[in-house]
Amino acid sequence: MSLLRVNDIHTYYGRIHALKGVSLSVDEGEIVTLIGGNGAGKTTTLNTICGITPAASGSILLRDRDITRMRPYEIVQLGVVQSPEGRKIFTRLTVRENLEMGAFSRNDRDGVARDMEYVFERFPRLRERQKQLGGTLSGGEQQMLAIGRALMARPQILLLDEPSMGLAPLLVREIFDVITYLNRESGTTILLVEQNAQMALAIADRAYVLQSGYVTHADTAAALQNNETIKQAYLGG
Amino acid sequence: MTTTDATPVAPLGRRFIYKPRNWFLENTIRSPLRLVGLIFVVFIAYVALNNIVTGSYRIDQFARQTIFGLAQGSVYALIALGYTLVYGILLMINFAHGEVFMSGAYIGFFVITALQNSGFLYTNTGIALLITVFSGVLASVTIAVALERIAYRPLRNAPRLVPLITAIGASIALQQLFLRLFGVSTRRYPDVNFYVLPQLFPNLECHEVDGAEICRGLDLISGRYDVNVLGINLRILPIHFLVFFVALVMMAALWFYIQRTKMGKAMRAVAEDKSTAALMGVNVDRVIVTTFVLGAALAGAGGVLYALYNQQVTPFIGFIPGIKAFTAAVLGGIGNIPGAMFGGLFLGVVESVAPSMLGLSNQLKDVIAFSMLVLILIFRPTGILGEVLSHKKA
Repeated sequence: MSLLRVNDIHTYYGRIHALKGVSLSVDEGEIVTLIGGNGAGKTTTLNTICGITPAASGSILLRDRDITRMRPYEIVQLGVVQSPEGRKIFTRLTVRENLEMGAFSRNDRDGVARDMEYVFERFPRLRERQKQLGGTLSGGEQQMLAIGRALMARPQILLLDEPSMGLAPLLVREIFDVITYLNRESGTTILLVEQNAQMALAIADRAYVLQSGYVTHADTAAALQNNETIKQAYLGG
Repeated sequence: MTTTDATPVAPLGRRFIYKPRNWFLENTIRSPLRLVGLIFVVFIAYVALNNIVTGSYRIDQFARQTIFGLAQGSVYALIALGYTLVYGILLMINFAHGEVFMSGAYIGFFVITALQNSGFLYTNTGIALLITVFSGVLASVTIAVALERIAYRPLRNAPRLVPLITAIGASIALQQLFLRLFGVSTRRYPDVNFYVLPQLFPNLECHEVDGAEICRGLDLISGRYDVNVLGINLRILPIHFLVFFVALVMMAALWFYIQRTKMGKAMRAVAEDKSTAALMGVNVDRVIVTTFVLGAALAGAGGVLYALYNQQVTPFIGFIPGIKAFTAAVLGGIGNIPGAMFGGLFLGVVESVAPSMLGLSNQLKDVIAFSMLVLILIFRPTGILGEVLSHKKA
């Protein structure tokens, strides 16, 4: 049984047909990556799963439970958590409040306190700056905060949208290390959307390639790394 | 080809760089409008100073008007908070908010009259007043929630002009609804004597009303006291202090709610970014309803307080205070909560003090209030405490 199964979803922005029948599945404990160019529909796929841009047709199942028509906050409560593109931290909330927002749908105070401690251990920089406003952090720190915030929700499955966007190469490494760690050590299932296909394929178990709203390839990450078409289109030859 | 010396071209981008030497240049000369504004401000200051120096404006007038202004300003602030809270989250001016205020005062009238007729208003004045305030709050909240559900929510994703026009329509609709239901006649809040702190008065008179013993003390609602403070003879109405104090307590409670509770945090998150807040598991609709409820509760309480010292209630009493409170919210910086509190008090005091300080008729206080809005917008378009609007909000 897949943790998350997306069956043939179609999503529209007004008249624009953004997803034209996307299907994918993510198993428990996997890292699955979604790669593709600009406008391929990667972010739309995540937003459709989260209920932000609901699917016009098709279905989304979380452990065989239909979540297609649920509201975003209900989906979060079921453990599907997205760390959105462009970090989207709350600039006028403090670092600590940002993390607390991540745990918004939880009611176990002790668990939240433990996870907060874990995030601070993982990102000591955030502990130092916990009383600062989110908007005062550097780009890299904001990305750590965004990931920390997503962790605070204790997700069943974490949807990461472009975690490496706009970061210096050294920070990109660090972010990818954290993602791998989360998956291997904490057993968090991850659906990762990335422009940096090379890095994404290196840590993923399986991958889907999206192109103008269609899934064009679906295979293990290793196989796609050696696929000539993919190499030419997304991995720089 | 090379360009000839005959047609010198300033390097692009440098031509318009203007480095101000000082604040004065930056804020006046550069914009003719600001210069006009500055001349106007200087002129007003001169007239006021002249009236004070020649003694045609006295300190006791100033003290009395300031106290009244603080009471009136507290009501403006309570209403202004509703404008600013809703604007902060929906970027919409809820022009029906004045009617939300009116409905609190109006329903409060029926309740306090019923309490008067039953005698409860005399036997348990404090509790009766609390019941009146609470029913005013309830009425305002009910109307605001209905407004949000019926008039605003269906238009959440419409262009911003649409809910604005709807709000104006809702404002007129509510006025007319009250007019048809309850008639055009002016309703009068009863005269209430609410005695507290009998210790203040050494020779107590106690007497019986409907079997309960009432001891006289400081009359918080209808009392008028001539006192001498620091050599200034003043007539003091405790109701003004009561209104100010109640408003301060409510604003402190609001501040605590926004800053310290989980829902308050969610409100701030939704105000900044709705879809990311939704991704955190926040029920955005619920937060928006809560915002309307908070704003309406403050307005409803403000409505009853206003009616307690103004006594007259009609379906139209929401209009001018509503517009004034909107002005106050813009003065303070719309979307900014301390700004609305400060803007309301500031506007209340200025419009109370300014007419006689400038030797003008008191009927010109509305002109003064709105001129001040224009002046503030010339010098500080974002309001006194306003932040620079991000492109998302602008």
